[in-house]
Amino acid sequence: MTQTRRQFVGHGLAVAAAFFGLPHLASAAQVEEALNAFTGGADMADDGITLIAPEIAENGNTVPIEVSAPGAEAIMLLAAGNPQADVCTFNFGPAAGSSAASTRIRLAGEQEVIAIARMPDGSFKQARQNVRVTIGGCGG
Amino acid sequence: MTNKVLLGSVSAAIFAVAAAGIGLADIRTGASLVINGEIPIVTETEPPEFLQDVFPEIYSGWVFRTDETRAMEEDDFDNPGMLYVEQGIEAFNTVMGTEGNSCASCHDAPESLANVRPTYPQWDEAHGEVQTVEMQIIECQTERMGAEPYGYDSQQMRNMASLIASVGRGQPVNVAIDGPAAETWEAGREIYYTQFGQLEMSCADCHERNYGNLIRADHLSQGQINGFPTYRLKNANVNSVHNRFRGCIRDTRGETFAVGSPEFIALELYVASRGNGLSVEGPSVRN
Amino acid sequence: MAENVTPRVRVPRDATVGEVVSVRTLISHQMESGQRRGSDGELIPRSIINRFTCEFNGTSVVDVTIEPSVSTNPYFQFDATVNESGTFAFTWYDDDGSVYTDSAEITVA
Repeated sequence: MTQTRRQFVGHGLAVAAAFFGLPHLASAAQVEEALNAFTGGADMADDGITLIAPEIAENGNTVPIEVSAPGAEAIMLLAAGNPQADVCTFNFGPAAGSSAASTRIRLAGEQEVIAIARMPDGSFKQARQNVRVTIGGCGG
Repeated sequence: MTNKVLLGSVSAAIFAVAAAGIGLADIRTGASLVINGEIPIVTETEPPEFLQDVFPEIYSGWVFRTDETRAMEEDDFDNPGMLYVEQGIEAFNTVMGTEGNSCASCHDAPESLANVRPTYPQWDEAHGEVQTVEMQIIECQTERMGAEPYGYDSQQMRNMASLIASVGRGQPVNVAIDGPAAETWEAGREIYYTQFGQLEMSCADCHERNYGNLIRADHLSQGQINGFPTYRLKNANVNSVHNRFRGCIRDTRGETFAVGSPEFIALELYVASRGNGLSVEGPSVRN
Repeated sequence: MAENVTPRVRVPRDATVGEVVSVRTLISHQMESGQRRGSDGELIPRSIINRFTCEFNGTSVVDVTIEPSVSTNPYFQFDATVNESGTFAFTWYDDDGSVYTDSAEITVA
């Protein structure tokens, strides 16, 4: 069997990922999977959705996150660098006063937090923000 | 000797900018904390007399935290430490022990204990010793309720201690350091300035000489305990002062004293007194 | 049933017709992620709140699907439109089958 250089490099990375258990590579595919499950692979606009997360989180165990996408019927939150990328999905009902919500989430380290909104017309919007997670000084 | 010099350089290297002294440059001082829009909290004030030459100002640990962490303490609903206070209220009203009493049987409402947190540890004449809030709770359970006492650092104890702190919020810490408590206070001061562990670090090395500086990616505080018990984001639970002390000494790679030990009781009195004038703030929110 | 699970909710007591009010909820729960190992080296089984719902007078305000990346003591804040007096009903669903509920009244005039 012959291999192109690209395939060879790709295989090499996959082997390296399997060997070292690189969490980032492992979850990149998972992020893709979670995204596709929500959007069906549709294009996502980059406006009309706001994600507010701290630039630097003092502790990764409890990171405040706020998301808002006026008119959205659902918003999914993903943490791209966590062992499992899905965080939660807000489905807004008829009595919702806005398509906005706040929660507190776990981040396993510095990573990108992604919010994807599903609009009633079947379109999607996304916002991404990198969050750095402070390494504590003292374990207590 | 060589060994000692080496270890000394290790501990010096712990602080990124030790030589530069106190690093309050990136700490936002001057902000005010008001809990529930109705309990003003003194988070910076003049040091007690015995620290006048040490600190220009004393600061609650709140001052050293990020805006997000600070905000969680501004409203009881946002402060997850209050969940444990609620569990404390339930226990307060529950009969325990052979005497058929609950805490409420003697103390009515928790609010009647508002003056406890600000003034403890304090000298107990009947027992001839300085008592912490936890010791007082154990005394009530064993001597007046006929109940199995809570473990010193158990979840139930931390819940009850959180409740007692919460009703004292806003009052100035005011522990007595003279009279019969003086001897214990001196013992606590001795411990505060003693270097422990392989890293040969004292409480003062971090919290007196390097507050505001970074230890790894974290700002060192003045080590004030007016906010205890603290809800830590790290373990998502309320934490006791003695557990914090134990963690600090462990981090010096030292053999630590036990939670509830005479050493930690003395240290608690001394450290509490360093915050005389700050407001009781527990359960506070810290990282 | 997980230990010491206590829900807390906060909504305003009064509002005007059609007002958008802020709703806050918090429930004490360990949210064991299934990723941690215990002192015996074995994985601690996952045990989380996996769904949270809020309804106002029987109409859905929000229905949240929850994964282990939501922090211990799950906190949610969102808005509801109130057109009449009534009751908010809150429900949390635990992995172990337990269901925790709370409610709050609001007077709309």
